[in-house]
Amino acid sequence: MERLLRIDRRIIFAFVAVAVIVSLLLEFRLPVPATPPVENIFSKIESLPQGAHLLLAFDYDPSSKEELQPMAIALLHHCYQKNLRVIGMTLWPGGTGLAEQAVTQVASQYGKKNGEDYVFLGYKPGVASLIINMGEDLYTAFPKDFYGNDTSTLPALKGVESLKDIDYVIDLAAGATIETWIAFGKEKYRFEMGAGCTAVIGPDLYPFLDSRQINGLMAGLKGAAEYESLVGRKAQATEGMRPQSVTHVLVIVFILFSNAVFILSGGLRTVRRGK
Amino acid sequence: MTFLKRGVPLGIAFLMGVLMAFQYYVPHEHSKAFLELMTRWDKIIAGFAVFIGAYSLFHLHYTRIKRRAAGWGYSFFVFVGAFVTIAFGLYNGGEAFWHDKKEGTMFDWIYMNIQVPAGATIFSILAFFMASAAYRTFRARTVESTVLLVAAIIVMLGRVPVGALISQYIPVAADWIMGVPNLAAKRGILLGVSLGAIATSIKIIFGVERQYLGGGD
Repeated sequence: MERLLRIDRRIIFAFVAVAVIVSLLLEFRLPVPATPPVENIFSKIESLPQGAHLLLAFDYDPSSKEELQPMAIALLHHCYQKNLRVIGMTLWPGGTGLAEQAVTQVASQYGKKNGEDYVFLGYKPGVASLIINMGEDLYTAFPKDFYGNDTSTLPALKGVESLKDIDYVIDLAAGATIETWIAFGKEKYRFEMGAGCTAVIGPDLYPFLDSRQINGLMAGLKGAAEYESLVGRKAQATEGMRPQSVTHVLVIVFILFSNAVFILSGGLRTVRRGK
Repeated sequence: MTFLKRGVPLGIAFLMGVLMAFQYYVPHEHSKAFLELMTRWDKIIAGFAVFIGAYSLFHLHYTRIKRRAAGWGYSFFVFVGAFVTIAFGLYNGGEAFWHDKKEGTMFDWIYMNIQVPAGATIFSILAFFMASAAYRTFRARTVESTVLLVAAIIVMLGRVPVGALISQYIPVAADWIMGVPNLAAKRGILLGVSLGAIATSIKIIFGVERQYLGGGD
């Protein structure tokens, strides 16, 4: 019996691999109803008038791409559908390529022009200092955009002097940048803010959601899938719900099985005697 | 020498700390100009930190190769990867690095076709290790670990669509766990960490905490 508790981990890996592959090959649909924190972000964007400025911070790098890039793409589709002016930027040097790819590729699907309908500012170091600098004067923080254009001449930034003039800020984060945006940006310069994050850091952000320092939260691939269903464009995140659901169930089965074996093999008695 | 090594940095830390703390509460134009200047200085210093980081990384891997430490062969890849990427970054598609970044260069190709898939691969293998770790270690040995186990199962099911298919109450229960016990614990931790950060900042400003000067005290 105890041998079952010490099975080769490669057997577990094989189970996970089979579960992921089969769930990707088999076509079945799972319902992805939107939760209130995700709906709040959608409703806020819906309420913005045409031409309003939305700043999207891509604060992640390739290691978190699978969770956050679908979120960014779904948000960008919504923004361009609503004819909002998107301002893209990143606090992570490794995120520049992914951010630029997302902003430009989705923009091209809607015939949006760089500099007129959207702007990509790229990366600057400093994190908190950069946010404060943007709060004081966006043009000293980013004198040029990612492509070397003078930001003060870009029509997409017309009417924007600093973060105070941005209608909505969304930070997509794989680290602690949401807290930084709240502490040095939102609280100091008073703008509305939403957030998206990897599933791992989602629980850390509930205090900010409860205190309404962020009006909405998308956590992990599920958050991205919920946003895709709200936008009516089911894509990568919705597809990812199948392997994720099956793997979660498999892990739970593993946990229940190992605990059943543990109890049947007298593990609990050993623990009690040890006390 | 002690004055230059200790006195000057302590004086700068005290002066800048006090000025920046006061600046927050003074809505005057000079105060705003000072803040903007400081943020620009900080960005420049942060830029130089990249060089320190690169030096630290290369030094570590050079030492590993020199000492033939376990897995030293991997350290070669650090140098190869860094050299090739930096070289193509500086080459900038033939326009050299002092011009604006050119698009569609080899540097972009390396990013999209090596860094992005490699990052995604490392992230995705977490699922395998987590499944293995859950099987081996997640045991209901005590009342506390049983509560944790039950909560984990509910949240795991509630965070994927299949949870709602099993029972409509599972996502509700998962949301309650995240929104009440989790929130309470996280808020407590957050308050504790924030108070600790304030206390440490005050200690640094007044020169009580001096470890940042190096060498301990």
